[in-house]
Parts: sequence; C-alpha cells; structure tokens
Amino acid sequence: MMNAKQKKRCYITVGIILASAAVVALVLLALNENIHLYYTPTEIAQEQAPVNRPIRMGGIVVPGSVQRQGEGLLVAFDLTDGLNEITVSYDGILPDLFREGQGIVATGQLDNNYKLVASQVLAKHDESYMPKEVEQSMRAQYNDS
Amino acid sequence: MKKLLAPKYLDALLAIIIPVFAITGLVLLAIGLYWGLFVAPADYQQQDAFRIIYVHVPAAFLSLGIYVGMATAAAMALIFRIRVFDYWAAASAPVGAVFTFLALVTGAIWGKPMWGTWWVWDARLTSELILLFIYFGIILLRDALNNAQQPATAAQVLTLVGLVNIPIVHFSVNWWYTLHQGATLSKFAKPEMHPSMLWPLLICIVGFGFVYLFLTCLKTRTLLWRSQSGTHWLAEKLGVKHG
Repeated sequence: MMNAKQKKRCYITVGIILASAAVVALVLLALNENIHLYYTPTEIAQEQAPVNRPIRMGGIVVPGSVQRQGEGLLVAFDLTDGLNEITVSYDGILPDLFREGQGIVATGQLDNNYKLVASQVLAKHDESYMPKEVEQSMRAQYNDS
Repeated sequence: MKKLLAPKYLDALLAIIIPVFAITGLVLLAIGLYWGLFVAPADYQQQDAFRIIYVHVPAAFLSLGIYVGMATAAAMALIFRIRVFDYWAAASAPVGAVFTFLALVTGAIWGKPMWGTWWVWDARLTSELILLFIYFGIILLRDALNNAQQPATAAQVLTLVGLVNIPIVHFSVNWWYTLHQGATLSKFAKPEMHPSMLWPLLICIVGFGFVYLFLTCLKTRTLLWRSQSGTHWLAEKLGVKHG
C-alpha cells in the first residue's frame, strides 16, 4: 500500500511522536512532586511539607469541626484525607461551595504545631451533578436505611 | 480514492456537506442550549451556576478532539504528501484555538464564584493554557511559511510534537492532585450526572462538533480554491473566462 518513500516518512512521523513523548515523560517524572497542587493531611502529618513557607493543603472538611471565632470572619476547621486530620485557621471570605464534607484546597503556612494558617481557601468541586430533588431523595433513602 | 481526492470532486463534496454541517450544528445547538440553560433543573449545590457546563465541556472536549484531528491530518500530509490533508490541518488550528480559549474563559468565570479564584496553576489549567499556546505557535508558523511559499513541513512537525500535550491535559486530573474536578463524562463509567442534565450536554457537544466541522470544511474549501486559482475547472465553475 505504501511505497518505500512513504514508509520512510511514516517511520519518521512515528519517531517524532515517540521521541517527543519520551522527552516530555522524563521531564514530568522528574517534576512529578512539584506538579501536585497540594499536600494531603497525611503528607503533612508525616512532615513532608516545609514549615513556615507557603504551601497548599487539600482535603475534606471534617463534619462538626467548623468553629467560628467571635464576630469576625475568623474560622477554624479540620481537613482530612480519611487517615489524618490537620487544623486550618482562616480569616477571610469562604467560597460559596464551602461546607462540611466538602473538598477544600487551603493556601497558607504551617506553624510549628503543624496547624495551617491559611491566606486563601478554595473549594474543590466534585464531578457529580444532580437536581435538588434527586439529592434530597437520595439523602432520605440513605437516612432510612 | 485518488479520484475522490482530486480538487474538483473534493470541491463538489464540500459544497454539499458544508450547508448540511452548518444547519445540523445550529439546530442541535439551539435545542441543546435552550434545554440546558432554561429547561434542565438547577444543580443541588451550584444552583444555576453549573449551566456554564453546556459551553465549557463541549469547548474543552473539542479543544482536544480538534487537535487530534489536526495531528492526524498533519501526519497524513507528511507521509502521503496529499495537500488536502494539510489544508485540513491548517483550517483546524484557528478553530481549535477558539475552543481552547472559550474553555479557559468559561472555566475562569465559573471558577471565581465556585472555587473562589479565577485561576490556579494546577496541572489541568496549566496544560490547557499550554495547548492554547501550541495552537498559537502552529498558526503563527503556518502564517510565516505561507508567505515564503514553502511546504508546511515545519508546521506539520510542530503539530505532531504538540500532540504529546493532549494526553497530559486529559489525564492531568488523574495523575496529579488538582483543583479541577475529574471527568464528568468518561467512556467506561456511568456518568456522574443526572440524565435530565446529561442529555442537553450531549446534544451541545455534538452541536458544537458540527459547528467545528462546518468552519473547518469552509476554510478547507477556501484553501483548496486558492491553490487551484487559474485552473480551468475552477474558472469555469466561478463563471470566469479562462484566458
């Protein structure tokens, strides 16, 4: 089907794709740790994150852990990845999607007690979408069982 | 096959499919967007803000899909030296860039109220931005080459090199921790979306897909005509006296 010239150009084409893929794969493997947007609470509990330097931590807001302090915006809550919990304190406006059980990415610095003093709190949305009525009936069924 | 790829027949084929793609795309978009923006129920968490998905997801999907089509065409042009494949690749680049830009902008608009920020340098957003720059690079390189009346080999090679970024964009949310959520639609899993919201999304994706086909076919035909200027069949077709 292909003549000799076309075959040769086909190999060159495949070669270009494979070579660039190999180069990029090596770079990404080398940078892997730096591409993650945030540390997990477990990584922070294992002291893998630097103290007193700006970092991000991602996790789920532990239900019942949200404490508002005083009249201001100051709020404290725990983030978990199911294994470890790290306390976050934040003085600012929380995003619309912030609630207990919600995924959150907090930017801030760890103090010496391994608590995160956050300067920014972002909500991490999940990939499920449903109407209110469906969500309510699912919750009702869950509560019944 | 050879005969079908002859400019005269290709032009006749494009003349038929261009209006078909245009009308199909517009009808599907009208249905999909009306259904998605007005009829579909509001999300339990995001209320009406989730409706931007009906533009964002098709745009993001096509930004990757168009690139794969463009790279396939570039490879065919490189191997077989059939010019129409290069026209297709050249025509795809601006359309792909527009959809990439649209995905980034709609994502930022949604991100501000939902995440709390317009932009974050996570793997998904960054790799999509790199995709936009790759499209820009290909467009600029083609522009420079066209002026020099050179074969577009360099642009074809750049297109193939940029192909590496496509799986990175797609899998970034699985390979690294990102702020961006995982895929809502995946081929092998049940969609994480209620059918009342999912159907208009699927119609919007197909609708935007036809808009892409329409625009790219139109541009391909323009490039075909330009390359055939002075030929007998085109002069005859356009009613120009051939001198």
